[in-house]
Amino acid sequence: MTFPLLSLVVFVPAAGAAVLLFLRNDDAVRWTALGFTVVDFALSVAMLVGFDTTTHEMQFTETRPWVPALGITYALGVDGISALFVFLTALLGWICVLASWVAIDRKVKEFMVSLLSMQALMLGVFCALDLFLFYVFWEAMLIPMYLIIGVWGGDGRVYAAFKFFLYTLAGSLLFLIGVIVLYFHGGETFDILALTAQDLPFRIQSWLFFAFLIAFAVKVPMVPVHTWLPDAHVQAPTAGSIILAGVLLKMGAYGFLRFSLPMLPEASVYYSTLMLALSALAIVYGGFLALAQDDLKKLVAYSSISHMGFVTMGIFALNPRGLEGGILQMFNHGVTTGALFLFVGLIYERTHTRSIADYGGLMKVAPVYTVFLALFTLSSMALPGTNSFVGELLVLSGGFAANLAVGAVAILGALLGAAYLLGMYRKVALGPASVGARYKIRDVNAREMAAILPLAVFVLWLGLYPKPFLNVIDASVKHLLTQVHGKGSGQ
Amino acid sequence: MDPVISIRPLLAVAVAGLAALAVLLLNKREKLRDLVSPLAAIAMFAIVASMAPTVLAGGTVDLRLFEILPGIDFAFRVDALGMVFATVSSLLWIVAAIYSIGYMRHLKEHAQTRFFACFATSLAAAVGGAFAANLFTLVIFYEVLSLVTYPLVYHHEDEEGWAGSRKYLVYLMGASKSVLLAALALTYHITGSLDFVSGGLLARVDASPSLLTVVYFCYLFGFAKAAVMPMHAWLPAAMVAPTPVSALLHAVAVVKMGVFCVLRVVFHVFGPGLVGGLGLGIATAYLVSFTILMASIYALTRDDLKARLAYSTVSQLSYVVLGAVLLSPVAMVGGIIHIAAHAFSKITLFFCAGSIYCASGKRNISDMAGIGRRLPWTMGAFFVASLSMIGVPPTAGFVSKWYLTLGSVQAGEMVFLIVLLASSVLNAAYFLPVSYVAFFGAEAPETPAAVQEIPMVTVPLVATAILSVLMGIFPGYFLALAEGVVR
Repeated sequence: MTFPLLSLVVFVPAAGAAVLLFLRNDDAVRWTALGFTVVDFALSVAMLVGFDTTTHEMQFTETRPWVPALGITYALGVDGISALFVFLTALLGWICVLASWVAIDRKVKEFMVSLLSMQALMLGVFCALDLFLFYVFWEAMLIPMYLIIGVWGGDGRVYAAFKFFLYTLAGSLLFLIGVIVLYFHGGETFDILALTAQDLPFRIQSWLFFAFLIAFAVKVPMVPVHTWLPDAHVQAPTAGSIILAGVLLKMGAYGFLRFSLPMLPEASVYYSTLMLALSALAIVYGGFLALAQDDLKKLVAYSSISHMGFVTMGIFALNPRGLEGGILQMFNHGVTTGALFLFVGLIYERTHTRSIADYGGLMKVAPVYTVFLALFTLSSMALPGTNSFVGELLVLSGGFAANLAVGAVAILGALLGAAYLLGMYRKVALGPASVGARYKIRDVNAREMAAILPLAVFVLWLGLYPKPFLNVIDASVKHLLTQVHGKGSGQ
Repeated sequence: MDPVISIRPLLAVAVAGLAALAVLLLNKREKLRDLVSPLAAIAMFAIVASMAPTVLAGGTVDLRLFEILPGIDFAFRVDALGMVFATVSSLLWIVAAIYSIGYMRHLKEHAQTRFFACFATSLAAAVGGAFAANLFTLVIFYEVLSLVTYPLVYHHEDEEGWAGSRKYLVYLMGASKSVLLAALALTYHITGSLDFVSGGLLARVDASPSLLTVVYFCYLFGFAKAAVMPMHAWLPAAMVAPTPVSALLHAVAVVKMGVFCVLRVVFHVFGPGLVGGLGLGIATAYLVSFTILMASIYALTRDDLKARLAYSTVSQLSYVVLGAVLLSPVAMVGGIIHIAAHAFSKITLFFCAGSIYCASGKRNISDMAGIGRRLPWTMGAFFVASLSMIGVPPTAGFVSKWYLTLGSVQAGEMVFLIVLLASSVLNAAYFLPVSYVAFFGAEAPETPAAVQEIPMVTVPLVATAILSVLMGIFPGYFLALAEGVVR
């Protein structure tokens, strides 16, 4: 048995949560939570460093029997795609702790326990190679997230948390049915790799495709099942929003990549035009919704719908550029939108307003804040030189290859993105009115800077030198495409 | 000839970038801070000039930094076309840096540190774009240029400034995030690369003509800095900026970046063969002819001197594009050297407008009666530069217009000969009255006695006026480069 690196990555935050239960002092809780998440991040870096980019095979695998009678095992492993998201999740983990340092001032211990449990479960989802194990992690995530929104959220938190819970639960039930069908049609195993190797008849594939579609579309979220997202984001505390945008939204897209594409290749090819059309709809509709917002947090939330539309468009372009771009955009969106939610949180802590109309002239009172806000705003609108542009260029190039009309519609979404993001920045940071006259605003401090800087580094790193990241996913993407087209091309 | 591998292209960009940083750090020490820009400008020009012999000999200076995506590098390649743009920008930065100090000090402008830092970064972006080896690198610098000039446009932070800068950004960013983005994605989709290739990147592949036509026009309008109508309205709006910005950026660096990008697309993305084969050359020529004439007519109607100059720029930029798309070698040479000719003359004209404003506070031509007697050097330089804009020998404008007219004859397109001549008449009609009024108009009686030349402002504008004439007499350097591009 080799060193169980992935188990450590998954369970260090859980162990941290357990340790926190015994602490009394709020500051001790904060520092301990930070310690465990930083260690977890270091472990994820070690995983990425040791990752062999030449193969699509699962790496760092661990298998232990769990419920042998039902063919359930405790199996972990990562390929290039999941490795990238394990890394992203671990990165955002300690940034979330920093973002909650003063923003959460009641029931600190309970909050950090929820946060770290959430962290462990999300990492579990990305590492699980057993469908049953996957489902356990997938469903269990709902509970800490429900608590984070419902207990530490804003005034409408109960409604938002409940709506979030209902939507995702409804999707998950369909997923559960799909899992059971897969289990019986796929030779009574929960081994994801074995299930992937099965050749299901097209009719079954179609049914499963739509069951999975609804489950994953809620998470992404795709239009028209997106309406839980703005409520959840607006009510969630900053760390909750970062997790939601940074990792949870990726779960849906990850589901497509891990299940729909490789297990249901013929259906994926057959319904790809539908998926592209839905993606284009999300890109443009999300863009228009974002354009209409006066609430900073809602604006970023709706922009997520548009950006995730680019992700699903890249995935269902079903060609190398689209797929790589889609996966890269998932990572980019986690970094950039996570940062934007962090920034909304930082300014909200100072002014207690999220209305764009209340701002103006922020540059004069908080220059460092506004300069970094500019960087992330530009990254979000995919300015050349930033991370999102590389992803966007790949997605659009793949999208055009798949369907010219869909690509053209997506361009409109890119234009809308520039409109609402630059408009937001101008109204908040520049302009004649001075927010400094109404509120007492201090610039960012060292702790806040520690959360901002790493994200800023990734914006420029992926914008100018994305190669190391593309190398990680490259072999897995190629393999995924042979799975899709190898089986699908016979139709 | 093998390319010379050298770090100098990066160095030229870095000098200006570091200058911006130094300006920010010296925020409180004005004298030192103001020294940074001229010194950086001289250093940058020296670096650019040091590469000229290689380029004139038909070689290139290359620097490949790293791979961004398969088929896309972050890389520099100094070739003849880039050299034209870089020489003009870096040379004129020296003069403009000195002029800016005089102008900003005299008017006691606010936020001078931000001004000089953004100004230096703009130059870094312009030269970076000139030396970019592919569309990806070019577009990065192109967008940086849009962004760092934005604070320069809203500099005054008054209502006019916010409105003008908004229009500026909406046009430039709107075009890049829509049609330009589409063009880039389609080019990458079709070719799997974004490199500049002699003879045309897209000419090497087999793609549907209608798709290529769409891509072509996406580039033409996507590079909105070229100000081909209807993508021109941002330029007059940008005139709310302080005059040194209008002079170096909105007559040289920014707008030339636009036409430079269009030339790159015509020469190295599509290639003259493909542009001609698809019949796009003539179509574009008609389009830009409309811009040439229409913008001149707009200019005629403007009493605000800077607005008149702005519309004149819109018109003159299309000369450059016209030269390229006529696709005859002589016309192409004319278009390319017009980048330099227009730069020397138009920066002079803007410098003059700034000098008049500094000395007298006047912006409208109708108020400038008799001012030539108070500001003889300024208005003398204005007259010389006007002659160059009209195309009177022995000025720079004569040389480029000569090649352009000869080129349209060579291309067998007499229509554009008429366009060029008509445009020259219009140029005369909107420039000469300014000089006439200034020298022969009766001065308003209430003019204060204190209106006089400001040395630090006047010396640079006389220098650029002399440059306009010198280029008319010795056009060899730019001609050689332009012929290098066409060859």
